[in-house]
Amino acid sequence: MSNKITIVQAVQQALQNEMTLDPTVVVYGEDVGVEGGVFRATEGLQKEFGVERAFDTPLAESAIVGTAVGMAINGMKPVVEMQFMGFIYPAVNQIISHVARYRNRTRGQRHLPMVIRAPYGGGIRALEHHSESTEALFAHIPGLKVVIPSTPYDAKGLLIAAIRDPDPVLFLEPKRIYRAFRQDVPEEAYTLPIGKAKILQEGDQVTVVTWGAMVPEVQKAVAALQDISVELIDLRTISPMDRETIIASVEKTGRILIVHEAAKSFGAGAEIMAVVNEKAFLSLEAPPMRLTGFDTTFPLPRGEEHYFLSPARIENKIRELAAY
Amino acid sequence: MQIIKKFNPLEDEMIQVMNEKGEIINPELMPDVSDEDILSLYKLMRRTRAMDTIALSLQRQGRMLTYAPNMGQEAAQVGSAYALKKTDWAVPAFRELGMWLMKGWSMEKILQYWYGNEWGSHTGEDLRLLPVSVPIASQFQHAVGIGMAARFKKEDDIIMAYVGDGGTSQGDFHEALNFAAVYKTPNVFVIQNNHYAISVPISKQTASKNLAVKALAYGMPGILVDGNDLFAMIAVSQQAADYAREHGPVLIEAFTFRLGAHTTSDDPTKYRTDEDVNPWKEKDPILRLERYLLNKGLLKEEEIEPMQEELEAEVMEAYRAIEHSSDTKVEEIFSYHYETMTPQLQEQLDEYQAFLKGAESNV
Repeated sequence: MSNKITIVQAVQQALQNEMTLDPTVVVYGEDVGVEGGVFRATEGLQKEFGVERAFDTPLAESAIVGTAVGMAINGMKPVVEMQFMGFIYPAVNQIISHVARYRNRTRGQRHLPMVIRAPYGGGIRALEHHSESTEALFAHIPGLKVVIPSTPYDAKGLLIAAIRDPDPVLFLEPKRIYRAFRQDVPEEAYTLPIGKAKILQEGDQVTVVTWGAMVPEVQKAVAALQDISVELIDLRTISPMDRETIIASVEKTGRILIVHEAAKSFGAGAEIMAVVNEKAFLSLEAPPMRLTGFDTTFPLPRGEEHYFLSPARIENKIRELAAY
Repeated sequence: MQIIKKFNPLEDEMIQVMNEKGEIINPELMPDVSDEDILSLYKLMRRTRAMDTIALSLQRQGRMLTYAPNMGQEAAQVGSAYALKKTDWAVPAFRELGMWLMKGWSMEKILQYWYGNEWGSHTGEDLRLLPVSVPIASQFQHAVGIGMAARFKKEDDIIMAYVGDGGTSQGDFHEALNFAAVYKTPNVFVIQNNHYAISVPISKQTASKNLAVKALAYGMPGILVDGNDLFAMIAVSQQAADYAREHGPVLIEAFTFRLGAHTTSDDPTKYRTDEDVNPWKEKDPILRLERYLLNKGLLKEEEIEPMQEELEAEVMEAYRAIEHSSDTKVEEIFSYHYETMTPQLQEQLDEYQAFLKGAESNV
């Protein structure tokens, strides 16, 4: 049956599928119960599964994550929501000090099957702190997995995989494209492998690696580049990174551009460049390049168009790399 | 549950059952504990003291690492844990040795933890005790989460969580108590107020009249209890456990004193004097219980020293079991970050092992 849905609907459907299949899955956070989330990602869940399995919490991110640790220890599979990625910072102590470490600390006696969901990224003309894209902070932490889908199909399959994963997953949802387009998605539950990138388009002149809300922007740029053969990779999982797919591509093209929304310095792009230099140095025909957000705070809406990467800038950068 | 329902921490009075001479001054609150159990709790407090003594001495010999001693706080730890049934959970901070022993964390494992091996925190599959939590007060939220799950599963278990006086200043303390009260989770929160957060005295930690009073703002009972009085600790903890099982969370402030250093890296003479410490030596919870046992004829003076020697010998035996067997294997550093090792971790492990192998063959 046709099920044409957006990314945010795919998130909701993944939660609904898993809550139906697994009675230990509970969903909670700020406004996720009665309201169904400020983006409606948890819409209808409280009505369908009751207030015990989909509920509102007091306004405290550290406790939302910290109680999920306890829930997971006591046999539940909590899927908690950070209302915006910019609000995750009060919970960072819980995430780094406990969520990421429990399995190792107890030599495998206790592990945490939990998911922290957060809408991330800019481009919705929001207030300060509502446009954060700090995935690299968390990708740096041993013991965490960081996943970012860019399509409804991937969002659903990866979120279900994250919920079933025996280890904690930070699941970042590109809110700018929450409702940008629809895709035919199976109604039933399915999973996609965490840690596997996806080649969106094959090519042999330039590799472009990107993720999240940058994927459609890069696709627009690539569509305009009739004269350059681009291999486009949607990374999908930031950590653990699928190095094999990237390296195999660079061995073919000899050129790589990384496009991400987050600030440039010490970003995930730097890690990809390092991996390429380590593993595919002799295949390179040009220096690896990055096109990213500036090393600045994300501007308020009157300035965000300058921060956000346009297809024209991406196209320009790919041409620069191809001509090197 | 009379104490829990009637106690008013605003009056700043402290629940006491036994005075410093070991006399029962509040017989109506005396918990129903058999003489046999009292003796075994006394012995457990002595065992706690013996572990501290041995660990400190080993540390001075370079055979133990940083260690956080418990001296003076044994009744608060043992008395609270006595209220727990086997399926109840205990969520420690890092200075709860008496509770750990009571809950069943073995001496070998405890010493293995302090001697720097993660296997010490693998307590065994059926032990409902969480590992040491170093980030102050963060563990309170885990305790609340366990409680939320227990309520969800309609389990009858309570969760007793521990924090120090310094921990009450943390945001996580506040958030946890607030969540617990809102969701009416079966939590008992025990503050071991030992008067110092490393060097900072309680007077600089809070302007509250006492710590128990903080409970009122969250909408839960808060009880101030003499933490050096084993019987008061048992009475309050048992009633708090009953209350938590039936109604919701309770906060207990166990008023006690850290006779030793914060850890072996700390020099308490920098921030407190003999005049600060000496009065508390007289309130030593082990001495107090000992006086009670001697008065009642349950213990003879001449039995004490051999008991302490026997306990110290047992501790040394536990230490010897792990002293030479506890070095971490290289694979173990990598193997427990995820259920399945990532290719990145596998590569780093392989590279390091190849280096080790090369270094070995070069010798």
